[in-house]
Amino acid sequence: MADPLHQFEVVPIIPLEIGGIDASLTNAGAFMLLAVATISVFMIASVRGRDLVPGRWQSLAELSYEFVANMIRDNVGTEGRRYFPFVFSLFMFILFGNLLGLIPYAFTFTSHIIVTFAMAMFVFLGVTSIGIALHGVRFLGFFVPSGVPKLMLPLLVPIEIISYLSRPVSLSIRLFANMTAGHTMMKVFAGFVVMLGVGGVAPLAVDVALTGFEFLVAFLQAYVFTVLTCLYLNDAIHLH
Amino acid sequence: MAFSRLLWATVAVGLLGGAGVARAAGMPQLNPEVFPPQLVWLAVSFLILYLVMARIALPRVSQVLEERQDRIESDLKKAEQLKGDAEAAERAYEAGLAEARAKAQAAIRAANQAASEKAQQDLGDLAARLAGEVARAEAAIAEARDAAMANLEAVSVELARATAERLAGFEVDERTARAAYDAVTRERQ
Repeated sequence: MADPLHQFEVVPIIPLEIGGIDASLTNAGAFMLLAVATISVFMIASVRGRDLVPGRWQSLAELSYEFVANMIRDNVGTEGRRYFPFVFSLFMFILFGNLLGLIPYAFTFTSHIIVTFAMAMFVFLGVTSIGIALHGVRFLGFFVPSGVPKLMLPLLVPIEIISYLSRPVSLSIRLFANMTAGHTMMKVFAGFVVMLGVGGVAPLAVDVALTGFEFLVAFLQAYVFTVLTCLYLNDAIHLH
Repeated sequence: MAFSRLLWATVAVGLLGGAGVARAAGMPQLNPEVFPPQLVWLAVSFLILYLVMARIALPRVSQVLEERQDRIESDLKKAEQLKGDAEAAERAYEAGLAEARAKAQAAIRAANQAASEKAQQDLGDLAARLAGEVARAEAAIAEARDAAMANLEAVSVELARATAERLAGFEVDERTARAAYDAVTRERQ
């Protein structure tokens, strides 16, 4: 039976080394570029008509735009507008990474912890920098819960700091684990289909259901990652 | 949810692969050799995506949305204005209608008055003419009666003379007859 984890194997397509660093274009890198190309074509070509009454594709592009714009407005407020292009790019990148990964034989780059962790760290460091740039030392007050007896502070401040530091970990593992688990399960059931012959109809039905479920997860996890980014951004801008 | 799913997947992989958790720990994702190329291409592709979105795609979408918003607002404004115009026109129409109605009323009143005055006058004229006619007729009647009376006198005198002549056999001259007639007439009166 085929190894269900084989799909996560990173395979170099164009070996490349820059300054002693392995910068080979791999299947993962190729799918990142494919996602970028797909998003760009989708967002640019669909609004080319500039129709007053939008068609299907233009509606979809406007919907994506307004979806993320509303997310920022609701969670961060007007100060979040500056970060809209970044948050939008992040949302679309994860969403298209997840969706492209659902195509059979495709590679899901969001199922790699290093990718999700890098994005989460970038968000974490960026948000922390914004907080410090906006509030200076007062940003440290973020770790001191208000309305708490002074006696409890030695206990609560470390908890707050640990919970703050664990943000990138939970953010990255959530996406990575969801994508890895979903794809592995689908592969396992697909293996059953081959193994059981005629009886493979049952696991095939499960795989059909799982595919639908994975579409939900693909969207949901992109949403969760983005909405948490917005919430962290809100914390950094408004403190408490 | 994610963790329980991962656990199930791991168990499934373990059962099938026969290597258990050790096999799952050998996930390709945890191989540090694949980290650098992924990080490099993540940075490259995300940077490209960010630039394309921030510089090209998003401004276009927002422009389309703004144009639509402007269009809707201007259409609404225009509709508001047209509604105002329509209302003004309606008010002018109502005013014109009321004025015309008042004018018509006045004309009707004037015509009525003129007609009744004329009728009054005509009635007066007719009455006067009829009165004149009656007076003339009465005069004619009186004249005719006087004439008839005068005639009657002559006839009576003649009749008296003729009667006297036939019955008495003598002639009475006209003067005597007239005196007798006058005496009788006077006696009767």
